[in-house]
Amino acid sequence: MNFNTNSAFLYGLAALVIIFVLAQSVFFLVRAYRRGVELGISRAQLKKTVVSTAVFTIAPAISILIGIVTLSKFLGIPLPWIRMSVIGAITYELPAATSTANALGLSLSDMITDPKVYSAIAWVMTLGILPSIILPPILMKKIQGGMLKLKNKDSKWGDLFLTAMFLGMISAFLGMVFADVRSGIAGWIPIFVLLFSALIMALCGLLIKKCNMKWLETYALAISMVGAMAFAVVITPILV
Amino acid sequence: MRNYMQDTDHYGKLWVWTAVIVILMVPAAICLRYGAWPEMTAVLKGLLGVAPIYWTVGVIEVITYTPMLGVGGTYLAFVTGNLTSLKAPSALNAMENAGVKPGSEEGEVISTLAIATCSIVTTLVLALGVVLLALITPILNSPILAPAFDHILPALFGGLAVVYVSKNWKLSIAPLVFMVALFTAVPSLAGSVGVLVPVGVIIALAAARILYKKGWV
Repeated sequence: MNFNTNSAFLYGLAALVIIFVLAQSVFFLVRAYRRGVELGISRAQLKKTVVSTAVFTIAPAISILIGIVTLSKFLGIPLPWIRMSVIGAITYELPAATSTANALGLSLSDMITDPKVYSAIAWVMTLGILPSIILPPILMKKIQGGMLKLKNKDSKWGDLFLTAMFLGMISAFLGMVFADVRSGIAGWIPIFVLLFSALIMALCGLLIKKCNMKWLETYALAISMVGAMAFAVVITPILV
Repeated sequence: MRNYMQDTDHYGKLWVWTAVIVILMVPAAICLRYGAWPEMTAVLKGLLGVAPIYWTVGVIEVITYTPMLGVGGTYLAFVTGNLTSLKAPSALNAMENAGVKPGSEEGEVISTLAIATCSIVTTLVLALGVVLLALITPILNSPILAPAFDHILPALFGGLAVVYVSKNWKLSIAPLVFMVALFTAVPSLAGSVGVLVPVGVIIALAAARILYKKGWV
């Protein structure tokens, strides 16, 4: 069997995986929507959640697409497409492919032609990320039970506990933005982008509250993100 | 009679275990089709380069994100991936906008709705992108646009932070100061931000506990 990283067979595999992911997502979407209606959440609010998330997702999804383009240079399109649709992220897939290529004494500068190298990379990508999938069903009962106990014991602390968890996560990413500040003005660009995004979000907040522009709530995060990305395009050539 | 949460857990597990089979099927099918089973040592060596860190991050992520995302959201997000850069922020933003609390059933519904929408839109954008790849590759690879995608995380977390930090600024001080100081002192840690999320979480929780006990929050 002639091997080709862009063969119809591999595209067929990709299509199967993508249909599975879509089916799972639609299943959970429909169940959550119905339950939301039962709980008395207005249909307008539920629709707003869907529209707002859909708009916000487009820019990050395009950045994931760039990951596929990067990996496709040596893996073809179908495998990166599969990996990015199921638990993948470029931050993991690229090191996994590089690590396997290094183990085989190869570099990833050209398209892979040896099916054994390709399958080795596919296995490493898959096995390296497997715990992230199999652990939630194993640990769910324990984690949810722990949270329930916490809330029943002291509900105010239970709420603070979750808020603090969010803030801890956000802090790690905000801190990361400062990683390059010692490398000169170029290292400050991520901070300027962050501040610009924060500024747009604050402006949106003002417009929502003071000018009663409630509709803006749906798009505020998407607007601040895309606005700050555009700002990065403008300031990078000036500062670098 | 079972309730919604129990059903979600039941169906979630079914979907996840099916996903495990589907995911393992991919490399197995490649090997069978092309008669190309790789050498075990190559796979092990390759894994050795990534598994220690990614398995650790995997465990940490499950423990950190499950309480935030709820049952349905967690089962879905861990199958579809891109948790920190996409699924978690979208769930947080949706719950905040809807005015529901994470951990409540309403929070569970909104979080699941957001994560499912996110997965569907991402999958569709990727599918469309792959179909149009020849057309759009020059645009995606354009050096002019590169800074936009290089800075997607600060662009995203800047907006998100305004909402959360301004509402909970007392809780934010300790983890923020610690993380900014840490990354400024050791820039190479930027590559391991996944491992540092729980560190931020522990610091935020400790600070929150002290503030709560003192009656300041």
